[in-house]
Amino acid sequence: MPSVCFYFQVHQPTRLRHYTVFDNDERYFDEGKNAAICKKVANKCYLPANRMLLKLIQQHQGRFRIAYSLTGVLLEQLERHSPEVLSTFHALAETGCVEFLGETYYHTLSFLYSRQEFVEQVKKHTELIQDLFGQTPKVFRNTELIYNNDLGLLIEAMGCFDAVVTEGADHILGYRSPNFVYQPKGCRRIKMLLKNYSLSDDIAFRFSNRQWAQWPLTAEKFSQWVNAVNGCGQTVNLFMDYETLGEHQWEDTGIFDFMRHLPGEILKHPDNNFKTPSEVVASYEPLGTVDVPHVISWADTERDLSAWLGNPMQSNALHELYRLEKKIKRANDPRILDDWRRLQTSDHFYYMCTKYFADGDVHKYFNPYDSPYDSYINFMNVLDHLQRRCASHQTPIVAHSPAQAGAAARVAVPV
Amino acid sequence: MGLIDEGARIRVFMLGWEFPPFISGGLGTACYGLTKALDQLGVKVTFVLPKMVESQYATHVKLLTPIEARKRTSSKRVTQSERELANVKFRSILSPLEAYATPHTYDEKVAEILRLRRESTTTTNGSCEAGEGPDYAGDLYREVHRYASMAMELAKGEEFDVVHAHDWMTYPAGIGVSMASGKPLVVHIHSTEFDRSGEHVNQMVYDIEREGMQRASKVIAVSHFTRSVVISRYGIPGDKVEVVYNGVERNGTWSTAPVTIRREEKIVLFLGRITMQKGPEYFLQAAKKVLDVMDNVKFVMAGSGDLMYRSIELAAQLGIGHKVLFTGFLRGDDVRRIFRMADLYVMPSVSEPFGIAPLEALDNDVPVIISKQSGVSEVLKHALKVDFWDINEMANKIAAVLKYPSLRMTLRNHGNFEVRKLRWRDAARNCLRVYQETLVPV
Repeated sequence: MPSVCFYFQVHQPTRLRHYTVFDNDERYFDEGKNAAICKKVANKCYLPANRMLLKLIQQHQGRFRIAYSLTGVLLEQLERHSPEVLSTFHALAETGCVEFLGETYYHTLSFLYSRQEFVEQVKKHTELIQDLFGQTPKVFRNTELIYNNDLGLLIEAMGCFDAVVTEGADHILGYRSPNFVYQPKGCRRIKMLLKNYSLSDDIAFRFSNRQWAQWPLTAEKFSQWVNAVNGCGQTVNLFMDYETLGEHQWEDTGIFDFMRHLPGEILKHPDNNFKTPSEVVASYEPLGTVDVPHVISWADTERDLSAWLGNPMQSNALHELYRLEKKIKRANDPRILDDWRRLQTSDHFYYMCTKYFADGDVHKYFNPYDSPYDSYINFMNVLDHLQRRCASHQTPIVAHSPAQAGAAARVAVPV
Repeated sequence: MGLIDEGARIRVFMLGWEFPPFISGGLGTACYGLTKALDQLGVKVTFVLPKMVESQYATHVKLLTPIEARKRTSSKRVTQSERELANVKFRSILSPLEAYATPHTYDEKVAEILRLRRESTTTTNGSCEAGEGPDYAGDLYREVHRYASMAMELAKGEEFDVVHAHDWMTYPAGIGVSMASGKPLVVHIHSTEFDRSGEHVNQMVYDIEREGMQRASKVIAVSHFTRSVVISRYGIPGDKVEVVYNGVERNGTWSTAPVTIRREEKIVLFLGRITMQKGPEYFLQAAKKVLDVMDNVKFVMAGSGDLMYRSIELAAQLGIGHKVLFTGFLRGDDVRRIFRMADLYVMPSVSEPFGIAPLEALDNDVPVIISKQSGVSEVLKHALKVDFWDINEMANKIAAVLKYPSLRMTLRNHGNFEVRKLRWRDAARNCLRVYQETLVPV
């Protein structure tokens, strides 16, 4: 009976260029580096993976189904630097077997800081997905699967989503299994899908680990684990970064071969099938409600916010950034607004994480900076400049004489 | 631990430098920290150091050997430090050698000794015109060799298993003692001629350094940075060169002094010898750039050295003379006091084999910016790092630390935690391992 529900997260931030306190221009982002990374990941992951999955969908004649969550900042970059990736996503959308999830356009932590900004970004993302793929996202996924009860309530209140997905963290589930559909606490309509982190991480993190007792992982072995859920679960939610295929797990680990054989192996068992998140939500009734009073995420072993909000630099940077919201919106300049929103991308704060910094682990792998301190300094220099831009946009209230206008402008400069 | 038990049986003839309270730089700090930790591991150390020519005539110079110094401190301190150094025996050799001597400073010193002696002997009609005396030689090179023969003489009465020599002035002594006794030699590189003089190396010094490294059974470098200099510039085979990082002596006392009212002005500190090696001009150039974008900052240069006057001039030339303070050479409590005043410590060294001062800064809760051309940047993660020549980036980082309290806080919290892991005990253990390797019959 278990349905296998794949959802791949696809995201690339727009990385900042080296920006010092002496810089004074509006070029905050490193076009060259962003293009190079986009192309590199396109060649290692997005293109081969899209083509392979497209082929699998055709081969299995609709019985293999998947979902993606594509961030707005990624789609913009693909359009500019790797349009062929975008066309393979179009082809996938046209199969009718692929669902696109909703999220914040800029992959941000805005839910934690500004509900209004959050809602605007979700709407902007929905519009982009409608434009590109002719689909309206019905399942919501927040940045890094960050979630609490309030998010569930907000998503229900927005009225455009049927379900929300998050991490199936042990401490929120207790004895319960992530392999069922649940309802967020306090919600009446929307449902909740939880990531089976054990099976998801077997692919995403442990696949190439030779120290792992289960290495090498084959499609056959993995299918047996899925079959074992039969009778005690309705859905196996495999949520992971798309870059798992070819970028985090390189091609020579056999990850593509594994994926190529997986649908066939899963479908060998007559009770198994593949469903997209919306199909899972439509097929099964909630087993109960899940209460998440404190914020959770899918990051690190802590499954909390400490990767983005774990030290004073991170909270200071985020606080200062969102403190600008009113000024930014009052400036009424689309370029300023876009720059501000790009600075909200969660990766900027992840780079500032000092957790595990000394051990040089997974955090370092994704980090373009030598140290979290360098990334904070760079970010704050950019933010400082953006703030000055905003200030210069503020029109003096009433200018009676040039001298008074000057005085008003001086007052408007934030201290 | 088996290692410590074995360590208890090893006896070291150590040719070292200054001991507290007379410490003029990292070399003395390292010798003291290492010896104290070896003592705690039960290693017997005969610590040999040059003792200032104490002419009965010289009145204004009062330097003490450690033993004398200890006698003068409070009774509580005496028992404590005597217990601490129970396995250490001090032997001093009369010599004007001192840490960081150069041919030039040596000549000045000898001239000073001669002048003092002349002044006091005019009445007795004595003559001190000769370039040599029983307790000094005419120039630095002859002096290090004179020191070597004195050390060999002294070593005859001592029992030891290994000879350990710190920096080039003691290498001839180390070689001599090692050859006369047949015991293996370990040389410890705290700095090389390339660090001190850039590309303008003094050939004689270089030759002495290289001979010491060649004759040694093992070479200890204070960082990988220095190890690679030893291999590439001195042609020493890599399997002979071990890296032993320095540690830091914990204050032991949490600063409980009441926090004084914060000044409006922030203080950025340079602390070290003001010499080419330490990069004072890069510090000043960066200061100039910082002052272009912020005003409420003072730059303090604590230390002395041959570039001190040039640095004062440069500050004036850059038009920031009023923002740069020179304190001269500081020691002991003054160092701790200046650290407590500082908001940031910058070490812009051009070439720094290790660099203990940043560790002391972190130990005093001061965040640090260190040059990437330093050994200590290999061990510190929670420090800001710059290329010494990149004054733009140095200024960028200085400005950021001064502007953002959360950056200071994060650097301080993590840095202080990190520095606690760098202990002299580990350095001593690593030295012990090196000794043991030299004692294994090949």
